[in-house]
Amino acid sequence: MISVRIADAAFDPYQALALFQRGHTESGAVASFIGLVRNQNDDKPVATLSLSHYPAMTEKKLLGFAETANNRWQIDRVLVIHRVGDMAPGDPIVLVACASAHRADAFAATEYLMDKLKTEAPFWKAEIAPDGARRWVDAREVDNERATRWDSVDK
Amino acid sequence: MNEPTIKILYFAWVQEQIGTDEEALTPPADIETIAGLVDWLKTQSDGHRNALSDVSRLRFAIDAEFADPHSPIAGAGEIAIFPPVTGGMR
Repeated sequence: MISVRIADAAFDPYQALALFQRGHTESGAVASFIGLVRNQNDDKPVATLSLSHYPAMTEKKLLGFAETANNRWQIDRVLVIHRVGDMAPGDPIVLVACASAHRADAFAATEYLMDKLKTEAPFWKAEIAPDGARRWVDAREVDNERATRWDSVDK
Repeated sequence: MNEPTIKILYFAWVQEQIGTDEEALTPPADIETIAGLVDWLKTQSDGHRNALSDVSRLRFAIDAEFADPHSPIAGAGEIAIFPPVTGGMR
């Protein structure tokens, strides 16, 4: 089962994980990743992170990544929750969780989904400093290089 | 003959520089690709010209699928222009 959600308000990843696990005794492993807003980036303080997206494309891309992961690995369930809008340091941005019979597939699928989310989902980050200055975050080459590890999975 | 109208969407700093998040435009019939469309859009206003001046800093989608400057725009209903994506978490 695949569940993908774009959240425009704060969500509790721990509560979401508890619900994700509850009642599914077939899965021996749940791997998860929680991304949080940091209070600084490139040595500059961050007061607010503002994440915009392309709604018609975002959900489609996230579902596509989850389906690819589900086909490639032995996964019982996939959960992706991604925030958009304004967030404060410490707020969860993203939760990815994969449930599987065993840990190897759950780990691999979770890492795959995070790499794809970072490089191929239409999200854009703007950071707002404590003085109100706003700057758009540039894409990082290292993220793109990480994501090419999965090229054989995507073929 | 009426040329088709295309919905053009802008995101992130492209949207800020152009000053709108979407517009419905009717490009001339001889425009065949994204690159051609961008060159034509640059003639629309100073904001368009500034935002779209460096194609290497832009990414594109046609009907919510990633596209590149060579992609044909025939039949497109919606074309999005945006910076490279920066989602997830570091």
